[in-house]
Amino acid sequence: MAEPAAAIAGIHEFEKRVAGGLSPLQIKAECAARALEDARLTWADVDAIYDASEAGRIQGLTIAEYFGITPRVVDTTAVGGSSYEFQAAHAARDIAAGKANVALLTYGSTAHSESRAIGTGARFGSEAQPAANMERPYGLTLIGNYAMVARRHMVQYGTTPEQLAEVSVTTRRHAMRNPQAVAGLADIGIRNVREITVDDVLGSRLIADPLHLLECCIVSDGGGAVVIVSRAVAAGLRTRPAWILGTGEAVGYPASGADITTTAAARSGPEAFGQAGIRPEEIDIAMIYDSFTITVLAILEDLGFAKKGEGGAFVAGGRLGFDQPGAPALNTDGGGLSSNHPGMRGIFLLIEATRQLRGESTSQVPGARLAVAHGNGGMLGTRHAAATIVLGTE
Amino acid sequence: MPEQPERPLPLFPEPDTAPFWAATAEHRLTYQVCRACGQVVFHPRRHCTCCTSGDLEWRDSAGAGTVYTFTVIRQHGHPFFRARIPYLVGLIDLDEGFRMLAEIAADPETLQVNQRVSVTWEDHADLSVPIFEAQ
Repeated sequence: MAEPAAAIAGIHEFEKRVAGGLSPLQIKAECAARALEDARLTWADVDAIYDASEAGRIQGLTIAEYFGITPRVVDTTAVGGSSYEFQAAHAARDIAAGKANVALLTYGSTAHSESRAIGTGARFGSEAQPAANMERPYGLTLIGNYAMVARRHMVQYGTTPEQLAEVSVTTRRHAMRNPQAVAGLADIGIRNVREITVDDVLGSRLIADPLHLLECCIVSDGGGAVVIVSRAVAAGLRTRPAWILGTGEAVGYPASGADITTTAAARSGPEAFGQAGIRPEEIDIAMIYDSFTITVLAILEDLGFAKKGEGGAFVAGGRLGFDQPGAPALNTDGGGLSSNHPGMRGIFLLIEATRQLRGESTSQVPGARLAVAHGNGGMLGTRHAAATIVLGTE
Repeated sequence: MPEQPERPLPLFPEPDTAPFWAATAEHRLTYQVCRACGQVVFHPRRHCTCCTSGDLEWRDSAGAGTVYTFTVIRQHGHPFFRARIPYLVGLIDLDEGFRMLAEIAADPETLQVNQRVSVTWEDHADLSVPIFEAQ
């Protein structure tokens, strides 16, 4: 492969899971400032801005003014939780094309403070749209949408509830090693914060069969920022760059006769791994969007870590723990299931993958060299957007 | 007496799906077939998703199919659905070759994937909502 043109050089995750009166815009700006400091850069260095408009309408127009920057590139890709993997892919391309040197991605949300019922609320707004018109009368919740994939996966491949629960168990184990996750779980009102077992997960109440409460991500406040720079800029920085080795983008939507156990990751993954010249089995760190347990299981298969239908066995027995050899470490920050999910988690996948490649994770894999961050936005059982970013230390 | 919460219904004007919902008032479940290439198109729209033709024919489905997958909704933020829990939503593969999301009126403990179902109708002022039940 060609020498990578762009690297993640600055990162910041908002430390708290309850924002205490800050607005999403303030969270974005604070994270941006800290991520720029992390890269020893400043607002004046930023020449490309990427924004999903989660903190206000037409933010491509307004966010530059708020931050105080003068961008040459403005990208407003907004595809739900995977927006940040799409934006990282676009930033890498814009930098490779010579259009930008310092790209800034930011995220801010106060979903917890607003008591936003992301998973169980009414899914469609007030716009008359054809797909929504066919589905609105049935009240399919977001969790129910993912649950339909889980049901089909169980029927088609014999995947068990115990296997799905393993994803929650491993992720909570990692969260308990992350002080910000532990404090955050308590702050959002989870009593008796501790490691959990498969029995704990299956003993929690069903929200949408077959998914239980402890198979669903938390709803937190939070945000983050990622600074992506050119090779020339990276050469002068103090942090170890996380090079963007490959990217892939895809969408999935309902189609008569389609197999909903296969997600758009089956297209974005090979694209990204192919560009990087890397095989999935070489990956040390798997940062997979964990809105729900089934999301992780299906995506691990689609990215090629396990054969389709064998994801259950792949995640069983705590195999994806940070200290387990022979398999990638999964969501080592504690994931959306147990650390941080303010609605669109994608930016944290890039941030934790970068921490691992720098050697700075709270569940550090010794000598981690290669990581994958896979974002999934929208709803897995109907329409979703997927992007895969392969990152490496060189 | 507090007013009973009502089922959310499709919003109009919406020209792609208006003919589908108009037909439901006569208890007809309709879908589209491309006259140029034979592709079955669902949800309804103005173009073929296979060959770009705009020549689509509306047909009536017999309303019978199989359950592709389903979930039991046990928590909901909307008052109508909250009053209805636990209730079933699933993807139905109709015999004519199209897949649609719908509520399934069945026992959550006994419904199975691949079970045969057929359409029934819940009547409203200007349209009827298709709901499937086990055959």
